[in-house]
Amino acid sequence: MELTLALAIGVLAGSGVYLVLRPRTFQVIIGLSLISYAVNLFILSMGRLRTDAAPILSGSDANPADYADPVPQALVLTAIVIGFAMTALFLVVMLAARGFTGNDHVDGRN
Amino acid sequence: MNGVNHIAILPVLVPLLAIIANILLGDQRAKSRVLGLNIGFSGLLLAVSAMLFALQFGAEGIATAVYPLGNWPVPFGIVLVADRLAALMVLTTSILAMAVMLFASARWYRRGTNFFPLFHALTMGLNGAFLTGDLFNLFVFFELLLAASYGLVLFGGGRNQVRAALHYIAINLVASFLFLIGVALIYGSTGTLNMADIARALPAIAAEDRGLFEAGAAVLGIAFLIKAGAWPLHFWLPNTYSVAPPPVAAMFAIMTKVGFYAILRLWTLVFAGGTAEEAAFGQAVLLVLGFATLAYGSVGVLSCKSLDRLASYLILVSAGTLLLSVGYNDPGVTGGGLYYAVVATLAAGALFLLKDILDQILPSEAQVLAVSLELYGDEEEELDEDQEVSRTIPAAATIVSLCFVVVGLIMAGLPPLSGFLAKFAMISSAFSADDAPTAATWWFMGAMVGSGLLVLVSMVRNGINIFWVSLPEGDIRLRPMEIAPVVVLLLLCLLMAVAAGPVLEAMTETAMALHTSAPYVEAVFAGGEAQ
Repeated sequence: MELTLALAIGVLAGSGVYLVLRPRTFQVIIGLSLISYAVNLFILSMGRLRTDAAPILSGSDANPADYADPVPQALVLTAIVIGFAMTALFLVVMLAARGFTGNDHVDGRN
Repeated sequence: MNGVNHIAILPVLVPLLAIIANILLGDQRAKSRVLGLNIGFSGLLLAVSAMLFALQFGAEGIATAVYPLGNWPVPFGIVLVADRLAALMVLTTSILAMAVMLFASARWYRRGTNFFPLFHALTMGLNGAFLTGDLFNLFVFFELLLAASYGLVLFGGGRNQVRAALHYIAINLVASFLFLIGVALIYGSTGTLNMADIARALPAIAAEDRGLFEAGAAVLGIAFLIKAGAWPLHFWLPNTYSVAPPPVAAMFAIMTKVGFYAILRLWTLVFAGGTAEEAAFGQAVLLVLGFATLAYGSVGVLSCKSLDRLASYLILVSAGTLLLSVGYNDPGVTGGGLYYAVVATLAAGALFLLKDILDQILPSEAQVLAVSLELYGDEEEELDEDQEVSRTIPAAATIVSLCFVVVGLIMAGLPPLSGFLAKFAMISSAFSADDAPTAATWWFMGAMVGSGLLVLVSMVRNGINIFWVSLPEGDIRLRPMEIAPVVVLLLLCLLMAVAAGPVLEAMTETAMALHTSAPYVEAVFAGGEAQ
């Protein structure tokens, strides 16, 4: 599972970085989305990989070792929401730039 | 809980209430009660920040106000920590916000929609970032202030603004992802996000995790350096700051200081308190980047023909100076750096505002302004109203040019003003830090003095071009609401020069407290217990 996750993060981040460095605004925004997926997976993996473990303790005699770390999951939720909002805002600016300059180059000219 | 404990959260809550009030009232431009309400909120924020500041600097010893949010005990819940550094930065933000608010109330807020909610959101994000004691909460406040700043850069609209905002947003989104990666690495290696808890847990982490932690700190540092405008991560800065509306750009003068603050806070807390070997982590990088930023900024200043770009490059110069003051890793130098941070922020803010005033006076600029007024839909009645509001002030030209001279002297660091005192404090502390001055000390002094010379040359050249060549004959019309904030900001800088002794002493004590991180950690844990 570690290998699969590491590969997934690596491929997502690599493609994302490549796309962010491209000259078209649409490529940049897709690249940013891919990087955000990679970052979210990475945060999750920092809570150590566990399968079949619930994040929330139940009962007073529960052993914390049987549970997954809930903090990274909460962080990922926050990061997803913020990343989503920022990407939406970026999309609006991108459309405005398209309207002003008449093309989709990040510098406004080909 | 008594009232004193709640004061740490008020600098965040007051702007939040202001946002809510503005949204409930709707976007009613040119209504005087909306103006009064917003100025009132900024005044309230200033009062609250001044109280917090007085509480921190008036008390004997280091009285750190700790506010556990939701009353969760410290390592588990998010905590707000108002120590001296945080109180100082919050007060600087509030002073600048008040000045900018008054300035924008004269004219600028009518240029677009929803200026006031965005402005209050920016101050809320700034205050929150200064006050929080939790890394992830810092990320959230960063995003809040960035989201507001995106809106403010775009305020009023226009092709150049949109183009600069596109770069600005893309850079900052990437920086945010780096921030998250750094936070995740630090959480993965220490198991906590609370800054004090990280400092406490660091000596106990396994040797093989140490590399992971340092990698996380380095990634986090890159994110902060992007915000701080450090070379070579600063290329977004001059473009963004010079196209942003002047009041917004003035407020942005403190945004690079957030990056500086975050580096200062975390680096001194985590690395400077350890053994000599640990303290060296990243120090060389900070110093080299500081020198490079200062050099780039100073050369950039020389190349500027317009005031807005000049002011943007001056921000880079101050960013470089501040990085050096942190990287030198000596309480005296850091104390001088804190003094410099406040002075440079206020003076840079004043320069951005002054630039807008000059734009209205200078004939060629006035035509451009008229064109843009047509484009962005200000009606003619408002133009007439503007004419009424602005009036002929006696010696207006003298006031404006005096303001420019004061900004120039502060930024170049010439005696007798506060810029000189700040640089002098930093250089003299650097020389007395070690038994004998090292190569770094000489480089440090050379960079400070050299950049001052280049800044002076550029300020003088621009001053001659503006005041002796282009200023129109006859009376000059100024709006009192616009010139007053500039004068007040500069008077504060002068006041800091007059009261330099006690102020510098307080700053050095603040820096001392930063460099011995144990009291901070103890205070957070003692104050953060559930009550």
